[in-house]
Amino acid sequence: MAAEIEFAAVPIKVTVNGVKHEAVVEPRTLLVYFLREHLNLTGAHVGCDTSQCGACTIQLNGRAVKSCTILAVQANEAEITTVEGLAREGVLHPVQEGFREKHGLQCGYCTPGMIMTAVSLLETNPNPTEEEIRHGLEGNLCRCTGYINIVESIRWAAEKMGGKNVSR
Amino acid sequence: MFPASFGYVAAHSVEEAVQLLTKHGEDAKLLAGGHSLIPAMKLRLASPRTLIDLATVPGLRGVRMDGNTLAIGALTVYADVASSELVQKHLPGLVDAASVIGDVQVRNRGTIGGSIAHADPGADFPVILTALNASFVLQPRSGSRTVAADDFFIDFYTTAMAANEVLTEIRVPLPMAGSGTAYVKLPHPASGYVVVSAGALITRQPSGSCALARVALGGLGSGPVRAVATETELQGKPLTPEVIAAAAARAAEETDPEGDTYASAEYKRHVAIVYTRRAIEAAVQRASAS
Repeated sequence: MAAEIEFAAVPIKVTVNGVKHEAVVEPRTLLVYFLREHLNLTGAHVGCDTSQCGACTIQLNGRAVKSCTILAVQANEAEITTVEGLAREGVLHPVQEGFREKHGLQCGYCTPGMIMTAVSLLETNPNPTEEEIRHGLEGNLCRCTGYINIVESIRWAAEKMGGKNVSR
Repeated sequence: MFPASFGYVAAHSVEEAVQLLTKHGEDAKLLAGGHSLIPAMKLRLASPRTLIDLATVPGLRGVRMDGNTLAIGALTVYADVASSELVQKHLPGLVDAASVIGDVQVRNRGTIGGSIAHADPGADFPVILTALNASFVLQPRSGSRTVAADDFFIDFYTTAMAANEVLTEIRVPLPMAGSGTAYVKLPHPASGYVVVSAGALITRQPSGSCALARVALGGLGSGPVRAVATETELQGKPLTPEVIAAAAARAAEETDPEGDTYASAEYKRHVAIVYTRRAIEAAVQRASAS
């Protein structure tokens, strides 16, 4: 009983893809598991689970972060966007469209993380060179090594967005 | 992978964090960005019973000018250090370091204070901040004290901080006119941690000779190591490529790095010489341009 009090669950409030959620979580709950198992948002994947691969990338208060290395309690009062929150009324985000048009995926496991990192990249650098895209993806690994099409997908999206910052 | 169970407390002031640390003792850890601590907890290399979150303490983020010192809040993330106009203008060597830590997502989350307090021997900030003669503001139960980088890093993951102190601010004196700063790193290809790195602060007199040289190396010991022989060799001499190369050749003197599966001790010492030369050359170039 004493241990239960000592490790008491903590109430949190988060806004995910525009929807407010309140929950009570064990402090050791990682944000990626909170999203996947409490909110059933399974877009953020658990890949390496060691903050290397980027498959769990989401936006936390507008910044790309690795949700396997953040505690759910640290996201209290935060705004979160996951890959599920990119499309609006059935219309894909240009980065999602780019991955379809340029076939920026093979097995698809890394894709949600790649897309979330790319969205953040284009928000800060709307017209990146190939080198800047590759540098911007340093925190995302594709085990199929399909990087050429991933880079082309992001270039396609940048052109579709007209080099403008369409922060949403 | 889950960390072992722990209790979580959000602190709302530094004083509260110090009180909580004092109350919970050795079983408690401070949480900043968590990008060293959470991975260690997931691997069960660390299993604190209580985490005291500093992210909920206001006033610990951002970069400001305080007289002739740049004051950086301990909770400032790497990306914000790198993009700070004040840092870019006055301390480009610190931008070099902040830009090569981890990856984009890690730099959006990891904090400068966390890196300093964790004192990983493969970390970047301890090296450049030693070269820049930074000091760290620690808040104990009453008052505060400031420890110079030269006296702060004691051993692997061990610093001069007491168990119930909170690191609140990193203070970097603005270099004198005619100074340049730079940081170069050979990262491990898989982990991105430092194999060998070099940070330099060089002040050039109008005549072109060296008025001040501070050079620190990473990867050669349990923490940052000053390249004292190199600094002495440069003092008062014209900063020509030959003089810089001769001084850099002494960078690994009195160091005793440990070899590992990726880099032998001999290789590390060799890279230290090459990277020391590159760091000094880059700093001199910036000093000339300033």
